[in-house]
Amino acid sequence: MTGPSAATGAAHAAALALGDDALVLSHRLGEWAGHAPVLEEEVALANIALDLLGQARVLLGLAGDEDELAYLREERDFRNLQLVEQPNGDFAHTIARQLYFSVYQRLLYERLAAGDGELAALAAKAVKEVAYHQDHAEHWTLRLGDGTPESHERMQRACQTLWRYTGEMFQPVEGLDVDWQALRDTWLSATADVLGRATLTMPTGPQSGAWSAGAGRQGLHTEPFGRMLAEMQHLHRSHPGASW
Amino acid sequence: MSSSTDWPLWEVFVRSRRGLSHTHAGSLHAPDAAMALRNARDLYTRRSEGVSIWVVPSTVITASSPDEKDPFFEPAADKPYRHPTFYEIPEGVKHL
Repeated sequence: MTGPSAATGAAHAAALALGDDALVLSHRLGEWAGHAPVLEEEVALANIALDLLGQARVLLGLAGDEDELAYLREERDFRNLQLVEQPNGDFAHTIARQLYFSVYQRLLYERLAAGDGELAALAAKAVKEVAYHQDHAEHWTLRLGDGTPESHERMQRACQTLWRYTGEMFQPVEGLDVDWQALRDTWLSATADVLGRATLTMPTGPQSGAWSAGAGRQGLHTEPFGRMLAEMQHLHRSHPGASW
Repeated sequence: MSSSTDWPLWEVFVRSRRGLSHTHAGSLHAPDAAMALRNARDLYTRRSEGVSIWVVPSTVITASSPDEKDPFFEPAADKPYRHPTFYEIPEGVKHL
């Protein structure tokens, strides 16, 4: 039986999952501020982080009170992919994470934008931002992969390390009417195309299954996520209701 | 990527809207032209300042020298008849 409340529940779940993806990746990218390899790149990463934060605010606003959701939930209540909570690592890890996620997010938002409702409106606006995020990640993947032996080796390692977090992206999300298998196939060929041009080999090993990760959508997160949340939430929890 | 000093310097020109010419906005470091264009987008157009960007390697710019300031520019100072100030500008002509 699907009444209005069930539909609201599904829309809520979808907004929460996508909103948490954007919020958590935004925070991770923000961690580069003051630490990026060069000033120009620091601004580029901060711009991407701000785009994602804007998306997160709209999405969490659809799911409830944005501040409450961002700052007062416990780790198990977050519905983001484990991929986006992975630590920045070296610059190659940040770029590999961004490439995997941006390609996914662009393909997903293109599909959502074709629908209707509040989510479609957000997706239509966000897909332009995400196209740039993907372009940025692609250009760096090409330069690192097809750069020096050192950069090639580190980019390859980053792609391989994060591979086991990619299967989770294609788990169906409640409230989203998407052909997930087709999304996965398109993602695989798009990613293989970029890695191929960057002279990198497509990672091997399971994307999902017993020996891979991936239950972020169910609220299970990896160890570094707790520390990230503590840092992200500490100010709001120490000074409830503070503003400036 | 040891430091940005390994990367060449680029001059950035931004056209703020159609009909205007590109104006020098600043400079930045980037490993190549494609990345320079992207860095310029992030540094100089993030507040909707532009609709078009040019990037030019700083090394290809030949600049006048401050030492040559007088022979270059001084002689023009006392020739007001070169200024098109004796015409009335027709109504509706902008950016002149």
